[in-house]
Amino acid sequence: MSRQDALVTADWAEENLDAPGVVFVEVDEDTSAYDGGHIPGAVRIDWKTELQDQVRRDFVDKAGFEKLLSAKGISNDDTVVLYGGNNNWFAAYAYWYFKLYGHTDVKLLDGGRKKWELDGRKLDTAVPERPQTTYSAQEQDLSIRAFRDEAVDAIGTKNLVDVRSPDEFSGKLLAPAHLPQEQAQRGGHIPSALNVPWSKAANEDGTFKSDDELRALYAEQGLDSSRPTIAYCRIGERSSHTWFALHELLGESDVKNYDGSWTEYGSLVGVPVETGDGKS
Amino acid sequence: MCGAPEQTAEIPAGVDLTKESVLVGKVTNGGSPVGGAYVRLLDGTGEFTAEVVSSATGDYRFFAAPGSWTVRALSRSGNGQADVAVQGPGLYTTEVPVG
Repeated sequence: MSRQDALVTADWAEENLDAPGVVFVEVDEDTSAYDGGHIPGAVRIDWKTELQDQVRRDFVDKAGFEKLLSAKGISNDDTVVLYGGNNNWFAAYAYWYFKLYGHTDVKLLDGGRKKWELDGRKLDTAVPERPQTTYSAQEQDLSIRAFRDEAVDAIGTKNLVDVRSPDEFSGKLLAPAHLPQEQAQRGGHIPSALNVPWSKAANEDGTFKSDDELRALYAEQGLDSSRPTIAYCRIGERSSHTWFALHELLGESDVKNYDGSWTEYGSLVGVPVETGDGKS
Repeated sequence: MCGAPEQTAEIPAGVDLTKESVLVGKVTNGGSPVGGAYVRLLDGTGEFTAEVVSSATGDYRFFAAPGSWTVRALSRSGNGQADVAVQGPGLYTTEVPVG
């Protein structure tokens, strides 16, 4: 994987809005953003109601993903270009999810909705009609997904990258500063985790930093490239953004996203938790 | 509850201002509210903490710990920022002019 395969620019997107075999998909934290205007021709996927199982805390299963993509009119050989608000958090999450279920050609729009809007590019409220397809998904690629036991086992042995803000990492806050405080039972982080907020990988306009800047960032923060890496955050979406930077842009080979993240880990009974800035 | 909360001038029910510090205000351009601006909360070292999109009335809202903060707004009509010092729980109202 490399930047050329995984990321497209807003200019490229604008030139390929009507290209055959290219499907734009908006995935937003604020799922109503699409209604107010989206990239012309883009379909919407709701990360909460369509990508998550509505009873258990898990993703929709393979059959559910096939049903969803078929209904959205997405084929196995389509190039799927994902974008969204909030610096592509949920678009990166969806990207990881598409990879998890083995979609071949998926890309992220650099800068997402924010750059598109700030550039003053065209938005449309028309909802496209795409004919139903028969989408066929692969079994989940668990080489990119970490579960809780693996997160516990990684303490002191693998790179654990906590991509939340410093105040969430230290345990002062349990959620990002724009959300009401709730969720995990305990504040803090997984012992031995590095705190490299996802935002350090992004520019102000939501685009990713250059490969050189990203490499320097993770090296400076103490990431050991010779070891496997597990990224986590609160619910697994911001860590998808960092997973994307490490695995898809920098081509690090063994990087997993722990989607249970702090809302799971911080509620587990008996596991080690560390508070403070992790530097003492 | 993980979706982006709607940005309104009113504080949502359940928020206890005797316990939480809440930063609110409007993004403005020449005194008029700017909706759809990207409002970023930066900590005392200039590090990004959170981002919301201002409402149609230009309002933003953050929950923050005590400390020095910068509220920075990006919009199609320009960027701007304002500093806020949070001493303790309560409501901190700050206008962020852009242009």
